[in-house]
Amino acid sequence: MTFFSHLRKAAIATAFVLGATAVHADEQYFPLQSYRVGPYAAGGTGFFGGFIDYLNLINIRDGGVNGVKLTWSEGETQYEVEKGVEVYERLKSNPGIAAWNPLSVGIAYAMIDRITDDKVPLITINHGRTDTTDGRVFPYVFPLLLNPYSETSGIVNYIASKEGGLDKLKGKKIVVLYHGSPYGKETIPIYELLSQKYGFELSQIEVPHPGNEQQAQWLTIRREHPDYVVLRGWGVMNPVALKTAQKTGFPADHIVGNVWSNSEEDVIPAGDAAKGYTAITTQASGEQYPVVQEIVKTVYGAGKGNLEDKSRIGSVYHNLGIVNGILNVEAVRIAQVKFGNRTLTGDEVRWGVEHLKLDPARVEALGAKDLFHSINVSWDNHEGDGYVTFQQWDGKKWNVVSDWIAPDWKLLRPIIEKSSEAYAKEKGLKIRTAEDAEAVVSN
Amino acid sequence: MSYYDFLFVIEVLVGGLLSGVMYSLVAIGFVLIYKTSGVLNFAQGSMVLFAALTFVSLVERGIPFALSLLITFAVMVALGFTIERTVLRPLVNRSPMTLFMATLGLSYIIEGAAQLIWGTQVHGLDLGIDDTPFEVGGILISSFDLLAAGIAAAMVAGLSAFFYWTRIGLAFRAVADDQFAALAVGLRLPRIWGTVWTAAGFVAVVAGLLWGARLGVQFSLSLIVLKALPVLVLGGFDSILGAIVGGLIIGASEKLAEVYLGPFVGGGIEGWFAYALALVVLLVRPSGLFGQKTVERV
Repeated sequence: MTFFSHLRKAAIATAFVLGATAVHADEQYFPLQSYRVGPYAAGGTGFFGGFIDYLNLINIRDGGVNGVKLTWSEGETQYEVEKGVEVYERLKSNPGIAAWNPLSVGIAYAMIDRITDDKVPLITINHGRTDTTDGRVFPYVFPLLLNPYSETSGIVNYIASKEGGLDKLKGKKIVVLYHGSPYGKETIPIYELLSQKYGFELSQIEVPHPGNEQQAQWLTIRREHPDYVVLRGWGVMNPVALKTAQKTGFPADHIVGNVWSNSEEDVIPAGDAAKGYTAITTQASGEQYPVVQEIVKTVYGAGKGNLEDKSRIGSVYHNLGIVNGILNVEAVRIAQVKFGNRTLTGDEVRWGVEHLKLDPARVEALGAKDLFHSINVSWDNHEGDGYVTFQQWDGKKWNVVSDWIAPDWKLLRPIIEKSSEAYAKEKGLKIRTAEDAEAVVSN
Repeated sequence: MSYYDFLFVIEVLVGGLLSGVMYSLVAIGFVLIYKTSGVLNFAQGSMVLFAALTFVSLVERGIPFALSLLITFAVMVALGFTIERTVLRPLVNRSPMTLFMATLGLSYIIEGAAQLIWGTQVHGLDLGIDDTPFEVGGILISSFDLLAAGIAAAMVAGLSAFFYWTRIGLAFRAVADDQFAALAVGLRLPRIWGTVWTAAGFVAVVAGLLWGARLGVQFSLSLIVLKALPVLVLGGFDSILGAIVGGLIIGASEKLAEVYLGPFVGGGIEGWFAYALALVVLLVRPSGLFGQKTVERV
């Protein structure tokens, strides 16, 4: 992105902010706590670019959702929690807020109490705290498609499929290399649980933030001779892990990345060291999906595309943004069926998200067949049973190398409920019922 | 201890020493400026990022490698001169804290400018150096790290020769020794400071290319200053030899600590272990192992 394109974007963003203060009755507003500069800007520009591209597609192609125009404005957070909260405070008074989508664990944590008081949904697609999956305790938080425990289960199931079945995991050795942060440590107990259940030997090794030096960790891995290494990284930790693995002679095709180690930004800096590396994803990358093609034709064709660098269309983060757009928009559409084709309240959109059921046929109708599998959110299951797939980097692009795989939700649910109920007890929260979930604040 | 365990200790040690050289590479940029002007240039990490981003952006636009290197060096020289002229010269005789805060601010400005000019995308940087490890007596050694160590050694040798065998180098040393005495004998401090910022720019280019090839060229490159700070505390802020020895000690000890002490305290200790070590040295030798002891008339 160049200096002048920044100026243009700033002018557009200002125009949107000014426009957003005068939202009309038939507009639904998305406040975006984006990060387009700072250490995680590459992910932020891709994700928020994809999200905005999809909102633009709905406006240009359909005239909005049943005539309700979609609007948005951005506030720069640089992925910093205090800035994310500041942007929240600045944008929360705008009328017609549909949902918050910060794409940041830290910012999401800081907003849980606030958005619960506001009665506005907080979407944390593929991330966030695992126990927010339990809608009985967290009515307004939605870790859509994948929470960290499901991701862990999906990865173990994938490794098992490579070995010939879950029973073949017994005696295998898996090392989890995790980022030294609350995010990185979130899955420690679930890996231990799965290790006991399936009988594989487990070693979990921490990499201190930011992860730009991993020689000691990879030498330890080399000494342990694991069958697989699971990379639970973030930012610069990922390419450094792949490069250091090469330096210590560990094969890339036996490294499996988690959902925040699966982007082009994670592998391109590693060069040839990343060839053969595999990572989990909830959405495939590539431009071949009809919805992505429509965005290229309709949005970029009209000169309204959000990505400055068009070669990033169809990248992992861009497609994640598009899928996030689909989920947000469909939640609004579902809520409109019940509450009418008008600007909805945050609580009405919450009801919509809690009824967000997109089966493979509906996903295909939306032009997203094979882009993502399906989602089935309910009032008490805020993740929505997302399926995962695995992609392998060939040095130039990701290629899908597995079918859609289901995590072991039945195994995970009791653990999630135990954690959420402890949270409810600590905070003195009432456990919600299905009847409570149907009570909606409409103004 | 079995033979295999012994080999493993050596392997960790060698890997740590080679990593330490990379830390030294960044630390030298700090030393050059501190030695002659007393300024702890916190913007050195940002300069490394700016240099690497400029170079890789030029190469990606089809400009030949050598020409890109030349342009990047010219850009860094211009940047160094601009900083010296517009920020540091007006602040001459201000307190060290004021100067430090100025460079801290500069760091953010350079990071922002780098992203504004060249964008936020992550880049791979291939210097054409093969990074397949080779084995010596059962120990794996990274060819890239070995070459990087060689380049760092050559750079230190070059800088040392420059300091000891050229007139300008002599002037540098005079300024480093006593600024007022240097002024009194007619040395032109602004010119010397301009030149030293140029040298720091050169170090930033070398460090940026090598670290960029190691991590990828991205914002996090500026965080490598965090690796250089304990090296400086340990080796001394005004000693190039200290930066080298400090880097080797920090690199080797943090790796050994991570592997052998880490498992007893939950792992992930190398991030703070280097600082703990530097703190211990600070308590025993406040000016570092090779730093100049400050003697003041009271």
